[in-house]
Amino acid sequence: MYRLLLCLRYLRTRYIALASIISVTLGVATMIVVNSVMAGFQQEMYHRLRGILADILIESHSMEGIANPEEVLVEVRNILKDDIAGLTTNVHVPAMISFRLGDQWQIRQVNLIGIQPESYSTVGDFGQYLLHPENRKQMDFVLRDKGYDERMNDRLDEAGWVHRRNRVVFEQAWERQESLRDLSPDASNADSEPMGLDSTEASEDIDSSPTSGSDPFGTASQLGPENVFDPSKEIHTGIVLGIGVVSVRQRNAAGQAQDFFLCRPGDDVKVTIPSAGAKPKPIHSNFTVVDVYESKMSEYDSNFAFMPLPELQSLRWYPGAKNVTSIQIKLRPEADLGAACQKLRDHFPAEIFRYRIETWRELQGPLFAAVRMETNLLNILLFLIIAVAGFGILATFFMIVVEKTRDIGILKSLGASSRGILSIFLSYGLCLGAVGSGVGLVLGLLFVANINRIANAIEYLTGHEVFDQTVYYFQEIPTIIHPITIGWIVAGAILIALLASVLPALRAARLNPVEALRYE
Amino acid sequence: MSNPFLNQALAGDIKGTGTPALRIARPQGDGQTCLVDASGIFKTYRKGGREVPVLRGVDLTVRDGEFVAIVGQSGSGKSTLLHLLGTLDAPDQGIIQFEGHRIDILPASERDQLRNHAFGMVFQFYHLLPELTTLENVVLPTMISRGVWGYWRGKRELEARGMELLEAVGLAHRRTHRPRELSGGEMQRTAVARALMNRPRLLLADEPTGNLDTQTGQEIMKMLCSLKEREGLTIVMVTHDSQIARQADRVVRLVEGRVTQL
Repeated sequence: MYRLLLCLRYLRTRYIALASIISVTLGVATMIVVNSVMAGFQQEMYHRLRGILADILIESHSMEGIANPEEVLVEVRNILKDDIAGLTTNVHVPAMISFRLGDQWQIRQVNLIGIQPESYSTVGDFGQYLLHPENRKQMDFVLRDKGYDERMNDRLDEAGWVHRRNRVVFEQAWERQESLRDLSPDASNADSEPMGLDSTEASEDIDSSPTSGSDPFGTASQLGPENVFDPSKEIHTGIVLGIGVVSVRQRNAAGQAQDFFLCRPGDDVKVTIPSAGAKPKPIHSNFTVVDVYESKMSEYDSNFAFMPLPELQSLRWYPGAKNVTSIQIKLRPEADLGAACQKLRDHFPAEIFRYRIETWRELQGPLFAAVRMETNLLNILLFLIIAVAGFGILATFFMIVVEKTRDIGILKSLGASSRGILSIFLSYGLCLGAVGSGVGLVLGLLFVANINRIANAIEYLTGHEVFDQTVYYFQEIPTIIHPITIGWIVAGAILIALLASVLPALRAARLNPVEALRYE
Repeated sequence: MSNPFLNQALAGDIKGTGTPALRIARPQGDGQTCLVDASGIFKTYRKGGREVPVLRGVDLTVRDGEFVAIVGQSGSGKSTLLHLLGTLDAPDQGIIQFEGHRIDILPASERDQLRNHAFGMVFQFYHLLPELTTLENVVLPTMISRGVWGYWRGKRELEARGMELLEAVGLAHRRTHRPRELSGGEMQRTAVARALMNRPRLLLADEPTGNLDTQTGQEIMKMLCSLKEREGLTIVMVTHDSQIARQADRVVRLVEGRVTQL
């Protein structure tokens, strides 16, 4: 009984000890915050990757690609049978995209992906990342009238057919003015054009680039070469560009992150891809942007461009080619991913087929490993902070034991056992650890619960943005609280406090009562 | 000391007392039975590599119900002897018997129990725990002997006994005060009440008046004498003050580590 009473009394009267566990409190709180935020990021990333990537990817990196995809698909169906939830074929080609902005050509390097919209949506959430609501329902490479601004807070209100027609009118007026003056363009007029209103010209380039009207490949244009392409009524083959390709995320005057579109749905872009062959030649073609892709994974958003599969196959190989470079497989949720992948590997041995068959986890392995390592490193560092706090507790405890030497002698003279004295100080350490990590737990959870408000407050106070939205494509800081992780953190902190109290407690227990009583 | 409660409380049967499991029978001093017997006690301290002999063959017998005062000069080993009798320390040589049993070679846990149940100790510097109230200090010995559950079960009775003891020493109104709020005499009275809490057979007092002015010291002495007379409590007291020592039944002088009867 006296152990509990004294332990509680010491807890209430020794403020120095409470001060020594502040670092435990802060360590626990920080660890909880860091772990929650990291888990939140990881979860967010995981979800997005799951949406973008199929479960299993069969890739061929040869120039030919997979020349007979239909046969391979049949075999895949035979091997995996009921495990398959979705199946699609793609062509991946490195490409260069150029579009006009003012009197400058903007160049972007992209990973051009030829897709079949219907089957592609069965392996991932591709459609969900498009801006136009109709395309989210059913993806199609056609230009919509308008309505691209649903997710963009009116920043993309001028897009689609409306934008295209306006631009054609503007360009025609511009050209008339040019020909009338026959002078260099009025500089002030050109400069006064707002950034967002791009004047990308497609077919009627003043540069000597090929016009769609005389497209030598006859693929991008829906018209025969003898017909004149009327951009106000017709479009080239549709292309979907990543939001990072067509826009720049910057701060507006009010300091909010905003996307400035250099190119928007309705504009024409020029795409250059290498032809398949021993000596790759550049193949140019015109496309019309029909939608913008925003997965919020900046790596994908700034690299991906999607176009219809048959057109890309024709461009890359020959008209009517069926070659693909990858087959994506989505499995049923209950299917065993590793086993399915292994079956495929067994059936398509690498020495014969030279396919790369990988699960999405393996593909993203380095990314996950990096995040995991970051989390582990942070945890180790933060736990070291708590361990350092443990030494603070150790020192404070020694002080308290020295201060309490006489009391220990009294207790022993009254019949308290050494074990009893030991347990007073051990339970004192335990209580301190519990109080310290308990307060840290509450602080940490409060912090996590209000993290966005705190970020805003810090932003308001310091003028620096804590969570840069031009870098992260999140509106808010994502957090997830894993009770098990928190349990480990709290248990670890309490254990450290307990360990730190072992030595002083042993010293207290071993005190000779006679010496202790004589101590003044 | 004006202490109307003391005689009444200690003489009469104190009701509602929680008796410890290993309770030793209430002191029935007949002045004949030998309660404590120490023979041939040697004790040497080592200080900085040098051996300092303190006790060199002490023989001491305390009869049941006797009030023995040990006097001697500072450093003569009287406190050491008291600590040995109270099993706080073990002699290098010699035998200490309590009620006919050797206690100097008991294992630590049994010595702890003995100190808790059979001995009451009073010190020169009162030695109350500063974190506890007066009442908590008084019931501390039962808290030590009982677990949390055992204490809570008997809490009411134990605190009643503590209150009675506090009343007996005239400090009932101070029960919620902390030791630092008490005067020296009050602290020593609390310490005596604490020593009596578990109904000890033997009260060991180490300079109980050493830190008090003459009058307060006398009050404490009266209290001890009354305990001895009314209760038949056996008391061994260490003092350097021969005036104080004279009030005991028997005075033993320690000179150069040996006993000289007076």
